[in-house]
Amino acid sequence: MSIGEATSEQTPDSTRMRWRRSGGAALVVRGLHRAVYPLLGVAVLLALWWYGGHLIASDPATESFAGFGPGPTFASLADLIRSGQLWGIAYPSLHRIGLGLLWATVLGVPIGVSIGYFRVAQETTHIPFQFLRMISPLAWMPIAVLAFASWDGAIVFLIIVAAIWPIIFSTAHGVKRIDPLWFRVARNLGAGGGQMLRRIILPAIGQDVFAGIRLAVGVAWIVLVPAEYLGVTSGLGYAINDARDTLAYNDLAAIVVVIGVLGYALDRICLFLIQHFSWRVEL
Amino acid sequence: MSGFLSLDRMGIVFETRNGPYRALQDVDLRIAQGEFVTVIGHSGCGKSTVLNIVAGLLRATEGGVLLENREVNSPGPERAVVFQNHSLLPWLTVYDNVRLAVDKVFRKTKSKIERDEWTRHNLRLVQMNNAADKRPSEISGGMKQRVGIARALAMEPKVLLMDEPFGALDALTRAHLQDALMTIHADLGNTVIMITHDVDEAVLLSDRIVMMTNGPAATVGKVLSVSLARPRKRLSLADDTEYNRCRADVMKFLYRQTETDDPRAA
Ligand SMILES: Nc1ncnc2c1ncn2[C@@H]1O[C@H](COP(=O)(O)OP(=O)(O)OP(=O)(O)O)[C@@H](O)[C@H]1O
Ligand SMILES: [Mg+2]
Repeated sequence: MSIGEATSEQTPDSTRMRWRRSGGAALVVRGLHRAVYPLLGVAVLLALWWYGGHLIASDPATESFAGFGPGPTFASLADLIRSGQLWGIAYPSLHRIGLGLLWATVLGVPIGVSIGYFRVAQETTHIPFQFLRMISPLAWMPIAVLAFASWDGAIVFLIIVAAIWPIIFSTAHGVKRIDPLWFRVARNLGAGGGQMLRRIILPAIGQDVFAGIRLAVGVAWIVLVPAEYLGVTSGLGYAINDARDTLAYNDLAAIVVVIGVLGYALDRICLFLIQHFSWRVEL
Repeated sequence: MSGFLSLDRMGIVFETRNGPYRALQDVDLRIAQGEFVTVIGHSGCGKSTVLNIVAGLLRATEGGVLLENREVNSPGPERAVVFQNHSLLPWLTVYDNVRLAVDKVFRKTKSKIERDEWTRHNLRLVQMNNAADKRPSEISGGMKQRVGIARALAMEPKVLLMDEPFGALDALTRAHLQDALMTIHADLGNTVIMITHDVDEAVLLSDRIVMMTNGPAATVGKVLSVSLARPRKRLSLADDTEYNRCRADVMKFLYRQTETDDPRAA
């Protein structure tokens, strides 16, 4: 019995992939997509920025805002990094967003699993959750300020309010997508509820949970900066306000760059986790 | 006298949106240890339902199942199921899919090293040891089915339940797997219930063929003993009179079921 050799058993993908990878032309095309086009995009953005800065600097009416140009901005950014100030500014923000996302995940995943698994939970929560989801997190600000003794607490609360919805809905969607056959496989092995959760549900929804967290990071990062305009005396939002008040436009622009770069980095981390926890559906 | 595995006047009624639907009635069957039984019948007659009741995944509404004189009322690894397809967990490798079952069944009785060896042994049985680290999405349908069989065998089940395990495969792969299954059955002596749509497959593999009538209230219509010596060779069977008699018997039964189904033929 040598069934391993049957020709019909070969995975068709492997040969096709090898074919596509070969050839110099293909390499060039892949190089273009990997590096050249993204760099081109960044270059265009920098060029527009530089031109805008140039216009501002050369007009006497707006001259005092010349700090917004890329030159002064990157000089200021280098200063911030060299003096170690940057970490002091970014750390409180990262701490708040980390704490908020952690809580949103800790609360959102179990809620999402329940909604995906139990129809009753889905039907009961649908209207209230859709209603609450539509309220801008910033609209909760006055309530948050009243309810929490510290500004930090209020900001973390706002991040949770912003971040929890995508996590809940993405998790629930992931659970609903689970093939019922996998539950039967697990039951055939004699698995109980706890093992079902650990062996089937959680691994099956990993990619959906992180996709939800990725969306949540996007929203939370946007909410964070305006939330830090109030009360607190640390963080990126505070630093922007502070730079504006001291007319340090180069610092202000440097912080904006930092916000963009950190947001991009957080997004990439989430993307990595999604890919790490994803599995391809069988054909 | 009850036999190793017995289905006793088993029936089931499903509650559907259009009221109760009686799928099975008075399904009666005795299966001896080591016997290979196939179940054949028209689509929708209730074959999978029978299998799921034996597996404990469904509860019969009347009658029941006895395995070694004990009533079956919940799923368990001593009645391992090989599902039709897509039953491998896609986030686990081939090895881990089998290992999951091995860990579940032998956690208390085998050491870690023994469980690893047992997993690999079962992958070797179905010739999948070389693909142990692949994911289900990276292997063919035939390979997936073999892993499903390895997973079921690794549980050392008293009864192996197979629901059209080769239904979705091309003829060549299917023939290879049938041969592999016959070899394994000869070596290990498992008791097997296998559902199939394929008359040749039923005759080739079975000690007995259970033919089911059409639903609603489907039941065992006829049981045919296949007295062909083992090991069976598919090529020499083509001209075998017993083989062709069995084949014709099953065909006739299925054809008659189609006729009674057709109102014009009544
Ligand atoms: N959970 C259920 N609820 C209601 N009706 C069901 C349920 N499961 C099966 N049935 C019905 O019972 C009958 C038998 O179904 P079953 O899946 O056992 O058929 P089958 O013989 O395996 O068919 P096939 O050869 O197509 O797989 C069908 O009419 C089906 O619609
Ligand atoms: Mg079926």
